[in-house]
Amino acid sequence: MRAQTLNRATPYMFMAPAAIIMAIALLYPLGYMIYGSFRDWNPSQSIGESEFVGLKNYITLFFDPAFRESLSVTLTFAFAVVVAEMVIGVGLALLLDRNIRGMSVLRTLFILPMMIAPVVVGLMWRYMYHPTVGTFNTTLKSWGFDGIDWLGQNALLSVIIADVWQWTPFIFILALAALQSLPRSALEAARIDGATAWQQIIHIKLPLMMPVLIVTGLLRLIDAFKVLEVILVMTEGGPGLSTEIVALRISRTATEFRELGVAAAMSNYLLMLLLLLTVAMFAITRLQEARAQRAARQIQED
Amino acid sequence: MPQIRLQNLIKRYGHVEVLHGIDLNMAENEFTVLVGPSGCGKSTTLRMIAGLETVSDGEIFFGDQPVGHLEPKDRGLAMVFQDYALYPHMDVAHNISFALRLQKRPKEEIKAKVKEVAEIVGLTDYLQRKPGALSGGQRQRVAMARALAKDSDIFLFDEPLSNLDAKLRGQMRAELAIMRHRVQKNMIYVTHDQIEAMTLADRIVVMSDGYIQQQGSPEELFKHPANKFVAGFLGSPPMNFLDSELIDLEDTLYAAGEGFRIAIPADKAHALRQSDNAVTLGIRPSDLSYAPDAPPGLGLDLEVIVSEYVGAQSVLLCVCGQANVTVELKSETPIALGETLRFAVRPEGIHLFDRKTGTAL
Repeated sequence: MRAQTLNRATPYMFMAPAAIIMAIALLYPLGYMIYGSFRDWNPSQSIGESEFVGLKNYITLFFDPAFRESLSVTLTFAFAVVVAEMVIGVGLALLLDRNIRGMSVLRTLFILPMMIAPVVVGLMWRYMYHPTVGTFNTTLKSWGFDGIDWLGQNALLSVIIADVWQWTPFIFILALAALQSLPRSALEAARIDGATAWQQIIHIKLPLMMPVLIVTGLLRLIDAFKVLEVILVMTEGGPGLSTEIVALRISRTATEFRELGVAAAMSNYLLMLLLLLTVAMFAITRLQEARAQRAARQIQED
Repeated sequence: MPQIRLQNLIKRYGHVEVLHGIDLNMAENEFTVLVGPSGCGKSTTLRMIAGLETVSDGEIFFGDQPVGHLEPKDRGLAMVFQDYALYPHMDVAHNISFALRLQKRPKEEIKAKVKEVAEIVGLTDYLQRKPGALSGGQRQRVAMARALAKDSDIFLFDEPLSNLDAKLRGQMRAELAIMRHRVQKNMIYVTHDQIEAMTLADRIVVMSDGYIQQQGSPEELFKHPANKFVAGFLGSPPMNFLDSELIDLEDTLYAAGEGFRIAIPADKAHALRQSDNAVTLGIRPSDLSYAPDAPPGLGLDLEVIVSEYVGAQSVLLCVCGQANVTVELKSETPIALGETLRFAVRPEGIHLFDRKTGTAL
């Protein structure tokens, strides 16, 4: 009897270390954050001394124009970068999916930006965007154009460009992998059926890549909602609130405004948004699996 | 419907030449089968006709028109692939109608065409299914239907049956043979299976190492193989080969080897007297029959090692000196294993090849 109990406990014992680490590193801070979000909490207080305020933080935030502004900046930023990265990344993959001499070197070069630390990317682009000594404006001026006020008037566009530069390679390599795993003969059949290169892309390649592209896009979207360092280094959210994404606002609310409860509530809003995207992603993968299973069942029923 | 002509067709990959000047004429509405072992260049030839491989040298003509430089879509042909090559994201109806939809044909016409070809291949109940929900045989039918729907003049088949199990393959082969008579088109069919080649072809082209070894009707190739390769490739079980010398005794020419001496019919003997003495004697398993009373010059003494019972026929694996010999007999013939028995050779079944070059004599 004892041996049987022990046997049954074995898998849980193996899982225990991971579960404990998850509990300490993930669930505890998460619970702490949710708990804190219901309190009026100042960093000088311990959390026990703070006052319980119910949903006040959430309600205040919901009607706070500054938070709404930063939410809309985040949404604009996230969707703009993901759309741009998908279009450019998939486009590049479609262009470079062929045997050209030196292609492997080219591919390695393409994915370099992804490997650079975000802070470095931010610094690099801040320098390049500098109004007087930056690479872009000196180049523009040497060609006889006026300089562009990159991080001033066009700050949001500038950070979007930097993010696109850094993360397009991610889409590119995944799209390329998807392309190269497409059934060759189906593409040959399409050529014989009379499809032009463009029609092959529209009717065969893109639909077949779609499952990978959807998941890739959602992954990037989740990531884009959380971006912080590059923007922090480049603009610190400015000018005004024009590039103040939610992650940045959370950090400022906690450190500058010293309102930990509000910051926690803000984090929860962001978390809910990301959770929604993650659930969507799981739902899509599940749907694909269910479809494959249904197909398998149909064969057996015949 | 054009005749298809290959003129000195050459394919190189880098410096490696894999096809060495293929010359081939295929008449109107002919069913041509390219057959040969793996790597003989048959698929490459077909893919060059399709336009999926570039032509390194030489030219392909459809009728009088050179097409070697044309894109596949401009050659007006349909192709069935070994792995079916269906579009996984489209249902059967859309798979079949893809080419027609690209041509922007009227909706009604497309619908009617899909219905028509689905009936021919027996897929009417499956039009809404995706390829993933079809069995191998059904997928193969979709591939056929897709090719039929195009109304092309030329049909290409790249080992279409080799992904199917043995029973289904036999069934599909028969269906293909039926379809082949209903649909009068130029068809080129690539296979490594000599049974498919023999049963389907008007003309068989046997290839090996990037050369055409021989071409002609199945009967012609079976009865008069041009060389040892063709003789050994067509026919199942394959032809027996015995090293022998030509010797002239009392006005009769014999092929003699270790433990046997076979008289060569007079009509063949005359030409052979001029040739080299070192030859290979080829006898098909079905040209041997159990004949205990046959005179020594007309038979082989074989030691029976194994008898494979395959129903009406039995295949005997025997030994003659150092060589292995296969014999195909009616099963009721009383044969005991381990005995040495005499088997008569049908005189028309004697094939002789030059031992060095393999050319038929």
